[in-house]
Amino acid sequence: MRALDRKLLRDMRQIWAQALAIALVLACGVMVMVAAQGTQRTLLATQAAYYDRFRFADLFVTTTRAPRALLDEIAAIPGVAQVDGRISFHAVLDIDGMDAPVMGLILSVPARRDAGLNLPLVRHGRLPDPDRQDEVALNEPFAQAHGLVPGARFRAVLNGQLRELQVTGWLLSPEFIYTTAPGAIMPDDRAFGLIWMNEPSAAALKGMQGAVNDIALRLMHGADEQAIIARTDRLLDPYGGTGTQTRARQTSHAFLDSELQQLGALAVFLPPVFLVVAAFLVNMVLGRLIALERPQIGLMRALGYTRWEIGAQYLKLAGLIGMGGLAIGWGFGWWLGEGMLAIYGDFFRFPFLIRDPALGSMLISGGLALAATLIGAARATYAAIRLPPAEAMSPPAPPRFSRGRLDRGIAALGLRQTSMMILRSILRWPGRAAITLLGVSVSVGVLVSSYFLFDAIDLVRERVFEQGNRQHITLTLASTQPEQAVRDAYALPGVLHAEGAYAVPARLSHGHLSRQSALQGHFAGASLARVIDDVAGPVTLPDHGVILPELVARDLGLVPGDRVRVALLSPPRAVLDLPVSAIIHQSLGGEAHIAASALFQAMQVAPQVNQIHLLIDAAQMSALQARLKTLPAVAGLADWQEVRRQFDASIAESLLTMVVIYTGVGVLIAIGVVYNAARIQLSERSHELATLRVLGFTRGEVSYVLVGEMMLLALVAVPLGWVLGYQFAQGMVAAISTDVVQMPFVISRRTYAMAGLVVLVGSLGAVLIVRRRLDRVDLVSALKARD
Amino acid sequence: MSNLAQISRPVFELRDVTRVFRTGSVAVQALRGVSLTLAEGEMVVLLGASGSGKSTLVNILGGLDLPTEGQVQFRDRDLTRASDADLTRFRRDHVGFVFQFYNLVPSLTARENVALVTEIARKPISPEQALDIVGLGARMDHFPSELSGGEQQRVAIARAIAKQPEVLLCDEPTGALDSKTGIQVLEALCDVNRNLGTAVVLITHNADIQRIAHRVIVLADGRVIRDEVNPDPVAPAQVSW
Repeated sequence: MRALDRKLLRDMRQIWAQALAIALVLACGVMVMVAAQGTQRTLLATQAAYYDRFRFADLFVTTTRAPRALLDEIAAIPGVAQVDGRISFHAVLDIDGMDAPVMGLILSVPARRDAGLNLPLVRHGRLPDPDRQDEVALNEPFAQAHGLVPGARFRAVLNGQLRELQVTGWLLSPEFIYTTAPGAIMPDDRAFGLIWMNEPSAAALKGMQGAVNDIALRLMHGADEQAIIARTDRLLDPYGGTGTQTRARQTSHAFLDSELQQLGALAVFLPPVFLVVAAFLVNMVLGRLIALERPQIGLMRALGYTRWEIGAQYLKLAGLIGMGGLAIGWGFGWWLGEGMLAIYGDFFRFPFLIRDPALGSMLISGGLALAATLIGAARATYAAIRLPPAEAMSPPAPPRFSRGRLDRGIAALGLRQTSMMILRSILRWPGRAAITLLGVSVSVGVLVSSYFLFDAIDLVRERVFEQGNRQHITLTLASTQPEQAVRDAYALPGVLHAEGAYAVPARLSHGHLSRQSALQGHFAGASLARVIDDVAGPVTLPDHGVILPELVARDLGLVPGDRVRVALLSPPRAVLDLPVSAIIHQSLGGEAHIAASALFQAMQVAPQVNQIHLLIDAAQMSALQARLKTLPAVAGLADWQEVRRQFDASIAESLLTMVVIYTGVGVLIAIGVVYNAARIQLSERSHELATLRVLGFTRGEVSYVLVGEMMLLALVAVPLGWVLGYQFAQGMVAAISTDVVQMPFVISRRTYAMAGLVVLVGSLGAVLIVRRRLDRVDLVSALKARD
Repeated sequence: MSNLAQISRPVFELRDVTRVFRTGSVAVQALRGVSLTLAEGEMVVLLGASGSGKSTLVNILGGLDLPTEGQVQFRDRDLTRASDADLTRFRRDHVGFVFQFYNLVPSLTARENVALVTEIARKPISPEQALDIVGLGARMDHFPSELSGGEQQRVAIARAIAKQPEVLLCDEPTGALDSKTGIQVLEALCDVNRNLGTAVVLITHNADIQRIAHRVIVLADGRVIRDEVNPDPVAPAQVSW
């Protein structure tokens, strides 16, 4: 090995702790990039293959009842590649071992099973025999949750008839990668299942022979989607079409897409922060090493080494740090990616995974990480090779201080001299202080933008569960009923209080803009299910006009006072022209709200209900559940306590994992920056600090100079980090929010305080590790050594 | 003056002090049984070749190092068994240091460098007063980088005397200076010794400087080989460089 290379390795050994700190910061950036991009690409490739192989549709529409023959007319629309129709309806299931009734969605399987769209994939067992009326196949997660193996039986109320069904197999479908019950906010495999049934059986149960109510379209490449939607809607309008929806409004696709969008944002926004911080750190550490080795550099030049031979050594050192960071980052990135895929596996059900080999993200992150370290090293290296040998061998000029206006102001404060040393050091090397400030504030920012998710979830929890839906159970009725149905509900076991509501799918439009939504009618005096503004809290409904969620209003270009056209998409299919009375922030759901009295007046019908919210005596819950399992008038129900339990459980798991990772990553930046800055401080000032010890300063008093400067910078960085965190969080909300999910933007004081505190503790820990070295400084050498 | 050591109270008493430095299997004996007494108000010059043990002796006197064997008494306090905190306290209250390379804090002005010590000392004089004593009253708001070597060393002396120490330990204080500024620094030290009654122990390579001392101690190979009183100390201006 060449002597220079041996020197390189020994230099590395000397700065190993600092190099490791930088490598870890770099590794965080690489890890996030590899994990997020790898996961995103794996999911994207899997999604594409799954959609393609199992013919996931492009457009979806439900009707009341459309003749099968109409499918040919739709297929004839230019640009439509394929059309498929089926029968679907909701049912209440009675499963052994479950007290509560379970919701099911019945889907018909056509006789020709390989020809349609949204093909289910048989994972276990087989599809129902076309000749057996009682056979059904279930979606795999639901069957697994209940242990319903092929051959098992359960009961269901199907269109008012109690039937016993036998399981033949387990399926997965590209249409239900993410499955939620209607109205639910989280997947719950125990509470909601998909049931595939022979088409003749479904048609017989629903009285739909020769007809369908659930249609899917696949388009040709480059087809005019809007024109096809318009023509399909026109064709289906007489048959109770509820408006054709694109994939963007298809629940499973929309949730998966939102997640993929988040991953993409994560891979793009976060890694550069780490790379920039790492570049600055390399510059700082190498700059100090080169200052210490100045005489050696002069000597080597005197011995005849060229500038480039010497410069290359320091660039190699930076490269080594970069490669160390890369190796750690790739390793952890792969590990984190596996973990993320496992978490996604709980929410998204794929029959297979097409793993992205991550070569692309490894190459990109490798290039960026090496570039960051080399750019960071460039300035310090240039400074090293620029000096003529003679000048390099003589000691550098001592730092110059002078009394500027700022300095006089500080001097007038009458601080102790050790405090003056701290302030003057910051003013004398503002660039270095700025790097520390930047690093620590980024660290606080990362924590704020991850901890705020708790605030957002808390807000959703409070708005949805504590203020918005105070009922224990919501019943969805099989058909619209007069208001008397609410009074009848008191006859059910354990009902303490019942309130009716009316919900109807609707198309809202304003000028040429339109949007599929729902209209929720609220009865006067309702105290259970209420309209809640994320910011202002409970909303009192005006006597006239509709209240729109901000997202819908923005889409349609509506402001209060405008008029909105509301086309009701279920009977009596009225078209109403209503004023917009207010716009609210609503994080979950895109439905519009109206006072029931105003709605029925506009519809010119007597008040009616299709939902009943109930408060239940807990002791009678089982009796009620048992009764509901067999009640034909009830098409579905939501148990809000169970919904909340599921929400809390799944949030607790996924959010906690994420926050732990973010905290680790965020604090690592602060530690990396503060540790390196403190090491450099100590290296430059060890002589000065030892002098203080000789003069009779205690260890604590001397430590104050080192710890004080770092912690002062960290303290100043905290509010800067809050501002950064606010911006990061805002960006995150924008990146995550989709048509389906709106993340509320709210940051609590607790979040700011926690982020600041965690980073300050991390910084203090880092500087205290460095401080221990002060105890080892040789006092006697301070007497002899020259600055 | 010549019998000052006999009539004044002793400040330091050393008995059979040895100091061995061990690095691995190699042991270097820096002091081999040094016994001596230093009195209040004495001006002592320590002479000796490199490696004779001068600096080790001064480090032990200043509480920066402990002897391997023997006893060091400062007034009625035994330094031999002092803890790190005791030694810090001792340096803070009783000893002033002047170093060859000044060891000023570059980020503090002359006045602030002195204030560094007065802020923690028990009975300090003001930084301004200390700087007046060394003749730098007019330049106290200058940073070290704005002062000449001689001026910086005088700031260091002002810093050392501002706590009103019993003893001033100076390790080659003129080693980095030319003759003119060296003499100024020696004058400052003699003034302090004369006017404040502070004992001064001065290490030097320049044998002629011994002429300003009350007492000259010569070390060789870790032992005191000469300890004699100078009956006629001369003014620093008469020292040849």
